[in-house]
Amino acid sequence: MTTFELNGKEVTVDVPEDMPLLWVLRDELRLTGTKFGCGVAQCGACTVFLNGMTRRACVTPVSMAEGGFVTTIEGLDSAESRAVQAAWTRLDVPQCGWCQSGQVMSATALLREIRDPSDEDIDQAMAGNICRCATYVRIRKAIHDAADTLEG
Amino acid sequence: MTRLSRRAFVASSAGLVIGLTLPLKSRAQSGAAAALQSGATDGSTFAPNAFVRVAPDDSVTVLIKHIEFGQGPFTGLATLVAEEMDADWSQMRAEHAPANTELYKNLAFGMQGTGGSTAMANSWTQMRKAGAAARAMLVAAAAQEWGVPESEITVAKGRISHPSGRESGFGALAEKAAQLTPPEEPALKSPAEFRLIGTDLPKLDTPAKTDGTAQFTMDVYREGMQTVVVAHPPKFGATLAGFDDAKAREMPGVTAVHEIPQGVAVYARSTHAALMGREALSIDWDDSGAETRSTEEIFADYAEAAQEGGRDAEMIGDGAAGIDGSDQVIEAEFRFPYLAHAPLEPLDGVLEWTEEGAEIWLGSQFPSFDKPTIAKGLGLSPETITLNVMLAGGSFGRRAQDTAHFANELAAIAKAGGPGAYKLLWTREDDLHGGYYRPLTIHKMRAGLDADGRITGWEDIVVNQSIMAGGPMAGMMKDDMDPTAYEGATKMPYDFGNARTGWVSRQSPVPVLWWRSVGHTHTGYATEVFLDMLLEAQGKDPVQGRLDLIRADAPRDRAVLEKVAEMAGWDGTKVKGDKAYGVALHESFETYVAQIAEVSQENGLPRVHRVWCAVDCGIAVNPNVIRAQMEGGIGFGLGAVLFDEITLAEGGQVEQDNFDTYRMLRISEMPEVMVEIIASDADPTGVGEPGLPPIGPAVANAWRALTGQTVTRLPFTRATGA
Repeated sequence: MTTFELNGKEVTVDVPEDMPLLWVLRDELRLTGTKFGCGVAQCGACTVFLNGMTRRACVTPVSMAEGGFVTTIEGLDSAESRAVQAAWTRLDVPQCGWCQSGQVMSATALLREIRDPSDEDIDQAMAGNICRCATYVRIRKAIHDAADTLEG
Repeated sequence: MTRLSRRAFVASSAGLVIGLTLPLKSRAQSGAAAALQSGATDGSTFAPNAFVRVAPDDSVTVLIKHIEFGQGPFTGLATLVAEEMDADWSQMRAEHAPANTELYKNLAFGMQGTGGSTAMANSWTQMRKAGAAARAMLVAAAAQEWGVPESEITVAKGRISHPSGRESGFGALAEKAAQLTPPEEPALKSPAEFRLIGTDLPKLDTPAKTDGTAQFTMDVYREGMQTVVVAHPPKFGATLAGFDDAKAREMPGVTAVHEIPQGVAVYARSTHAALMGREALSIDWDDSGAETRSTEEIFADYAEAAQEGGRDAEMIGDGAAGIDGSDQVIEAEFRFPYLAHAPLEPLDGVLEWTEEGAEIWLGSQFPSFDKPTIAKGLGLSPETITLNVMLAGGSFGRRAQDTAHFANELAAIAKAGGPGAYKLLWTREDDLHGGYYRPLTIHKMRAGLDADGRITGWEDIVVNQSIMAGGPMAGMMKDDMDPTAYEGATKMPYDFGNARTGWVSRQSPVPVLWWRSVGHTHTGYATEVFLDMLLEAQGKDPVQGRLDLIRADAPRDRAVLEKVAEMAGWDGTKVKGDKAYGVALHESFETYVAQIAEVSQENGLPRVHRVWCAVDCGIAVNPNVIRAQMEGGIGFGLGAVLFDEITLAEGGQVEQDNFDTYRMLRISEMPEVMVEIIASDADPTGVGEPGLPPIGPAVANAWRALTGQTVTRLPFTRATGA
């Protein structure tokens, strides 16, 4: 049994301790906004927050979440996340959309750390998130736009 | 909610065909996904045709016959309907049409399917007619209701009004309109009357793809569903010799192991258990029919085959004869690797098989092939099967399976498991090992220059494996020639006087498939890099030299090249400081694109800073979507030429496993992209693929100017050793 707080609510799951958090979220808890793209922490489609820090859920055994708190795209609700998602919508960032939950998570985490990120900050913070459709031009612009709205 | 009788028509070149049945779907969704799948489908009272649904709440849902995996058909096709209905964009919804070839065929293919950047082009008249018919019926209903002549009624932004002050939304008149007969040839607007077409309407699928509510195939969970992964042969063409599943069956959560024609399938209560179970299998494979050659051996075979010259794909003037005896002969051999599409959502499908039939959830790009394949696999009649076309996390050609191989495997795992619900999942490793690659290709090129530096002849011999031969689309080939193998190396915009394109067809158990822009992926590179070499030998400017060669009957090629030169401030200087500039022009799928890339050297590889891109795709239905597709095509193509190759080791096994060895472009490597769209009143053509072909040669031409190195073997990482 593993117990943790998920998007503000306590959950308990009866799964093997080594089951990756990604599959616990999807298969057991049916939160499908967190995506599978590689399984080896290369693409970032499964990015979640574990105890407030970005984690690749595909390589995070659920035992690591024991007693902690997990935030997924479904539970995002902060000034930063709202600014990011509004900018994403304004600029029509997504194409296929598969990576975008992870992109939004990473961008939200970036703005929490750095209120007005430079291009280099964005390169660094978003390096772990692949977009196969290459929506990168818009991701960059949307992060700057979101930062501007937070400043304003 | 009352459901009235529904009539359907589909516009075709033969006019309007009246159908009898209309598909209905019911999938409740929450969050922003509701914008994609509104209640409108179920609650609609007015379905004037197979494409348009009007609900009492005024929402208009357009059934989209092309799969949405990022190239924008939901938005683009809904725009065409909204334009002719004079609807307000805020009332528009989009959802996938189900599998039904008669109603939803691609008018360019004659089957229901997406590809070749045809979605907009083949829907252009059809969807506008669907919208215009709906509008005409609503107007007629208003005229009856109000007792006024139709000619006095106007429609704007979703409101129907009469000078007397009578006014209504669409929903209130839907029930009455539904009882009218659809007009056979509704009048269409002239481009001058367009109000929505040509504007940057927000994409309908964006909100659900931003908050995680968009539903893809992998997000479907059914009661009692088992997740299935399959151990496939590690070499192409190998077969199962025997296996031991004792340890796999002992894994907690594993429910069954079955042999299927594709390999060994492991069934489990969770994805994790299925993957653990597969790990625990012990399998012997029979390699006797397998491709055991390495990439290097295949290239050597192709290079030798190129000497044969191949069959004529195109002959202009004296063909290659003009080259012999020239004062200067320039030659180059270009080598292109296998490439995986690697859509970020790997291949997956859900199938629920009950006594009544089967329901399938699949990112199906070719429903006309996938549905009958599953019917056959399960021994069911197609009428008992529902195929729900799902949003897909990218395709780039990978889901356009003429052989329906994934649908076949989905049916096989269900057949072996018996009635029940299954999700078949390919991991990233399955995807990269799984074939259906962009064909490995050689271009053997030769051209002559006379004493005055004029081109005397041009020859391009293409060697690769046919995508269509032997499959259900082989009928599109003429005289056993597969144009997708060499498209773009023929019908060039340049006048070389004498030119020949030859094709040598080779075979291998490695399955190949169309990869974003198909033949143009390599023909664009080979022809535009080789031409740049010739222009250099002639001492000509890359832009002016091309303009001098462009035929008089190719004004659209000329216009995009002139435009991109203007955008980039081209002054003939190829190198400025530590940066170089390269040009490329390539038409594909009747869309014309020219690009200029700004490149420096960083760690032995090109660093692309900026790309200027001029595109002519006819009428620009949604300029923002067109810009997005140019940006995406450039990023996709750049990653491939810089980093990507699928290689077979000695013995024939694929060497790349995941994104650590098959590297994707990342945000820090993405250039700035400036796009301009040529104003046009020509019918619209596609944009999903044509942005890709010019980027590779534009970068290669800049790199050659910068370093003197001509990269004739892709990817750049191999050529430069970086």
